[in-house]
Amino acid sequence: MILAFLNLTWPTFATALALGGVYALMAVGIGLVFGVLRLVNFAYGQLIMAGAFALVYGARHHLPNWESILLCFGVVLVLSVLMDRVVFRPLRTSSPAVMLVATFAVAFLLQNIALLKYGPLPRPIGSLTDLNAPWDIFGVQIKKIAVISVATAAGCLAILQLLLSKTSLGLHMRAASADFRTARLLGVRANRVIGTAVIISGLLAATSAVMLSVQAQDITYTFGLQDTIIVLAGVVVGGMNRPIPATLGGFSIGFATGILGGVLPSNQTQYLSSFIFAAVIVVLLVRPNGLFTRAGGTVERV
Amino acid sequence: MSLARRLPEVLVPALLVLATALLGLAVSSYLQAYFLDTLIKVAIVVGLYVFIGNSGVLSFGQISFVAVGAWTAGVLTVPKEQKLVLMPGLAHFLVTTTVGNVASLALAAAVGAVFAFAVGLPLMRLSGLAAGIATFAVLEITNNILNYETRIGPALNNFASVPATTGMWQAAVGAIICIGVAYAYQRTRFGRMLRATREDPAAAAAAGISIYRQRLLAFTVAGALAGFAGGLFVHLQPVAANDLFLDLTFITLAMLVVGGSGSLLGAVVGALAVNGVYSFFTAAVNTVDVFGWHLHVRAGTAQIVLGALMVIVLIFRPSGLTGGREFSLPRRRRRVADLEKARATT
Repeated sequence: MILAFLNLTWPTFATALALGGVYALMAVGIGLVFGVLRLVNFAYGQLIMAGAFALVYGARHHLPNWESILLCFGVVLVLSVLMDRVVFRPLRTSSPAVMLVATFAVAFLLQNIALLKYGPLPRPIGSLTDLNAPWDIFGVQIKKIAVISVATAAGCLAILQLLLSKTSLGLHMRAASADFRTARLLGVRANRVIGTAVIISGLLAATSAVMLSVQAQDITYTFGLQDTIIVLAGVVVGGMNRPIPATLGGFSIGFATGILGGVLPSNQTQYLSSFIFAAVIVVLLVRPNGLFTRAGGTVERV
Repeated sequence: MSLARRLPEVLVPALLVLATALLGLAVSSYLQAYFLDTLIKVAIVVGLYVFIGNSGVLSFGQISFVAVGAWTAGVLTVPKEQKLVLMPGLAHFLVTTTVGNVASLALAAAVGAVFAFAVGLPLMRLSGLAAGIATFAVLEITNNILNYETRIGPALNNFASVPATTGMWQAAVGAIICIGVAYAYQRTRFGRMLRATREDPAAAAAAGISIYRQRLLAFTVAGALAGFAGGLFVHLQPVAANDLFLDLTFITLAMLVVGGSGSLLGAVVGALAVNGVYSFFTAAVNTVDVFGWHLHVRAGTAQIVLGALMVIVLIFRPSGLTGGREFSLPRRRRRVADLEKARATT
């Protein structure tokens, strides 16, 4: 009843849930690295773009699907570790603004390498396209990829939650993101924690790359850029300093984007991003420390 | 500090711009486009510096003020008989109003300032990442609206038929005006108060400075300069809304950081150096001669070289090429060094 009133259908709801799930994964990937490095990785979208092009490459060379996916994970992981070693490690002590601009530079670099290699025209993803066919669930047609995205996201988040809360490595990571210097004094090994965060973040980027590229079907050199911007906004809106608020922020903004995309009358869908970003501004003004963090927050004292 | 001693701080950036313009007049007309583009970039980056450099707060919203300025100057100078052909949905009062070159630039600056003020009124209460994301949201919304709103401009088309009045002199004078305004602002008490909040917000607030008000003022001044630069840009080439979006934001921010975001000289040097390298490799697609050696590169090399160069500069000189210092005569610098030596020995 309510769904019909809002012009909302079950497929829209499922798509929104799927987008929210993928954005939540990206939010965790960005949030983990931010937690230990205080670095907003703008080049995260280019990791996803590289993963998507790996899938395109796999399809063009007629690799079986699992090999394409493996290739995607390999490319993204290598790139992710390389990015950390070559760029982020030397800049670890610089100001946040310098680090952010450095990630811009990396993003710009990777994007233009892709442009040089693949040209400006969109490439069809090729592999895994049958996942866009619908499944019949209780009489509702829902795309397979939407179901798979939601399930994968939920699975990844559950594993990650276990890792962070039950293992000593997870404890170290949480300690490092709460207070890096004190954690080091208490024996947390900085490079190991950062390395783990970078690898997990890379794995999540590769997973998101598979989901997003199957959903999008066409890949260009700017693939993943707009998603990263939206997820970054979501992460900051949710609360950057803690993993769970950051994830919730990513999920919410993805879910809201999906729902609004389905609900808005067709002559207003072009203003979708305006609605989303206007909401971002309003939330930031009301709760600058994050929507899902405890009220008050911390004020820096001298 | 006497005025004469201070004068090089503004004269040297202005002379750099002048030298660029003179060099641009000397080269073939094919290469002139690169010099014109560089001068516009100087104007944009100086506007960016006024807020980011003096306040230390990262803003991604600056290019939206450039876009608004470009739209203002563009829509007001398209010849009347072509307006409805190019922009069929244009609002009535914009169809009937047409102004000249100088008036359109002044109006672009005014609209940029008003827009920045309106946006800054709520947003300047934020700082850190929240401020960054909120200004990014402004950029996204502005781009979205300019792309689809047919009542205020050409929407997804580019601004054809705007009189191309930005020649080498107009671009150079425009960039120098921006430098002059930026320098004048940073020498006023407001500029100094804002710089104090950048160095130590708590101490500045304790000294009675309203961080919010000072940031809002700088944001508005920066908006005026950005709008003005946007006006210069639209009079140079037919721009579209997506030319004034993410790419321009990244490249101008990178220019500021590479040059050194703490000083006016840094902004100018960053814009000249980065755009110089970029233009060189763009021109090298059609083969350039370097000391008798023919250099030829593939299209797209420029962006890759630029990206790599930016990373290298940031790693080895995180405070930028100028280190965030203004230009000073060598004599004075030696004195400071002596002073430090003397202090170290006592």
